[in-house]
Amino acid sequence: MGRDETLLQKTLLQKVWDAHTVRELPNGQTQLFIGLHLVHEVTSPQAFAALDERGLRVRFPERTFATVDHIIPTESQARPLSDALAETMMGALERNCREHGIRLYGPESGEQGIVHVIGPEKGLTQPGMTIACGDSHTSTHGAFGAIAFGIGTSQVRDVLATQCLALDRLRVRRVEITGKLARGVYAKDVTLAVIHELGVNGGIGFAYEYAGPVIDAMSMEERLTVCNMAIEGGARVGYVNPDETTFAYLRGRAFAPAGEAFERALGFWRGVASDPGAGYDDRVELDGSALAPVVTWGINPGQSVPVDGRLPRLSDTPDAGRASVEEALAHMKLRAGDPIAGTRIDVAFVGSCTNGRISDLREAARVARTGRVAPGVKALIVPGSQAVARQAHEEGLDEVFRAAGFEWREAGCSMCLAMNPDKLVGDQISASSSNRNFKGRQGSPTGRTLLMSPAMVAAAAIHGKVVDVRELL
Amino acid sequence: MSEEAKRERIEARACVLRGDDIDTDRIIPARYLREVTFESMGEHAFEDDRSQAKGNHPLDDERFAGAGILVVGQNFGCGSSREHAPQALMRFGFRAFVGASFGEIFRGNCTALGLPCLTLAPRDLARLMESVELDPEQRVVVDVAARTVTSRAGSVRAQLPDGARQQLLEGSWDGTAVLLDAGDAIERTAQQLPYLQGFPS
Repeated sequence: MGRDETLLQKTLLQKVWDAHTVRELPNGQTQLFIGLHLVHEVTSPQAFAALDERGLRVRFPERTFATVDHIIPTESQARPLSDALAETMMGALERNCREHGIRLYGPESGEQGIVHVIGPEKGLTQPGMTIACGDSHTSTHGAFGAIAFGIGTSQVRDVLATQCLALDRLRVRRVEITGKLARGVYAKDVTLAVIHELGVNGGIGFAYEYAGPVIDAMSMEERLTVCNMAIEGGARVGYVNPDETTFAYLRGRAFAPAGEAFERALGFWRGVASDPGAGYDDRVELDGSALAPVVTWGINPGQSVPVDGRLPRLSDTPDAGRASVEEALAHMKLRAGDPIAGTRIDVAFVGSCTNGRISDLREAARVARTGRVAPGVKALIVPGSQAVARQAHEEGLDEVFRAAGFEWREAGCSMCLAMNPDKLVGDQISASSSNRNFKGRQGSPTGRTLLMSPAMVAAAAIHGKVVDVRELL
Repeated sequence: MSEEAKRERIEARACVLRGDDIDTDRIIPARYLREVTFESMGEHAFEDDRSQAKGNHPLDDERFAGAGILVVGQNFGCGSSREHAPQALMRFGFRAFVGASFGEIFRGNCTALGLPCLTLAPRDLARLMESVELDPEQRVVVDVAARTVTSRAGSVRAQLPDGARQQLLEGSWDGTAVLLDAGDAIERTAQQLPYLQGFPS
């Protein structure tokens, strides 16, 4: 390839960025058009209030979609919500959406769910788009080859008012996962392993382009899980180049183009993928064949070990990291050097924008069929959306879970983040398919979280302790 | 853009909060996000960490009382995109942050509120932390224009992205006004996007 041809080779990030550039701003940032804005109840009320204060309207209401997920109780979504504060927030979202002409998927719509679950399932999320949402896990949508940004409330206000964001251009790191995953090793293990390898702050300033044979072989739902946790590695954006798997998933979805438009869309979608000769700011490779199920033992998602591994010993920890290992072990009440397998659990949670999709429930159900929830363990299955719940019901998965002693709940964020009644109590320890093991994340300041795949969570629920799911499958 | 929105220089006493990867769930526990305004956020800054530290948290240390600059470690503000985190710290009284690195969404949220986040080289940060802990009465100067942080430990170069620096200096950190200035260029960009035009052939 000659020099000029190399220069024409672009990454997906560059192509999408260029296509959405409204203008370069005097401060060097780019004013980027946002093709899809997803809104939820927690980070939007102050943004709508700011809009009203300034007498501004939502600029592209037809490109703005809302749902309720963080605060909604999962035992019953009946109105008024059992939690008065939640009802107030729900009411504010309904009023704001009504006044600004925004489509809202509320509990009675039959289409409500976690914002990062319903975007893809409705076909709203498509390759080559820019997407924003007032939630850090917006990176999820990158699974389709979209560039998706988690934003704060001031930026939600900006997008509502202008459909734009002012952003610094990101560098791109290609993260290649080679080989083939072993049985019992899932997308969750891949994404946790990447974070462990590159660090929780290794991705600052980067977009992660996930690639390689393991990613190529993944379903869309698995890719969503991988991209969901890009932010946990510090990368605000993560994406996968769109391919036949992406297109097959989109075909027939409510908001995907239909008929001939779909065929025309294919050309655009194929064209946004990174060119083979594109230059990257960094490249890393991880051997997918060598991965085992991963379990976190600490207070950030990078503090993890393979299920057959041991917690770090302080003597093996470099000086710079010792304080954080000590802090984590103290919070977790775990002992340096102990094996992670065998750690007793009190609560098991399958759900969240990371792992609350139908394929996650199928994997958890496969394990649930092997036994009953251990005495003393509270086990929750929370579908990521009402559509996921319906599908699971059609497949009889809800009955599988109930029969095995799991609680079957309604769609929402649930125990991932403690903004609703589902919370840890005291220093309970949970096996969780969610994305964050931060101190206090699951609702009790002294609560403890072990992150793992849904199948591993189900296995932990049945055995009352961390076990290697590979031995059950 | 108004004069009072300009953030050229912040001179204040500082508070040192050691530790890396301090996430936004710790800065403002999720249960306090169940509000439709930011008004009460300042009351709950670091609430769980402070209650567990039983008075020994830097935010409760009398020597740091009234500090306007928060000095932190690596990856401060990682995690959730909740703007409630910088809102809580701002309402608690902080007007600038100096650290080893910041979570990217947190830093963007801070800039959007007119709160500069500057980063220092590890050695300079260690010296600043020591100096402030030894002598918390001193005034620390965060100079946005010069990109320096000055304490009794000396004046050191700090990193601050060009875009954020200019927004802070001009007082143009409120993004909506700047973005609205693009006018019709916004709709023209939308008209070029195949997915908004039914994928024309």
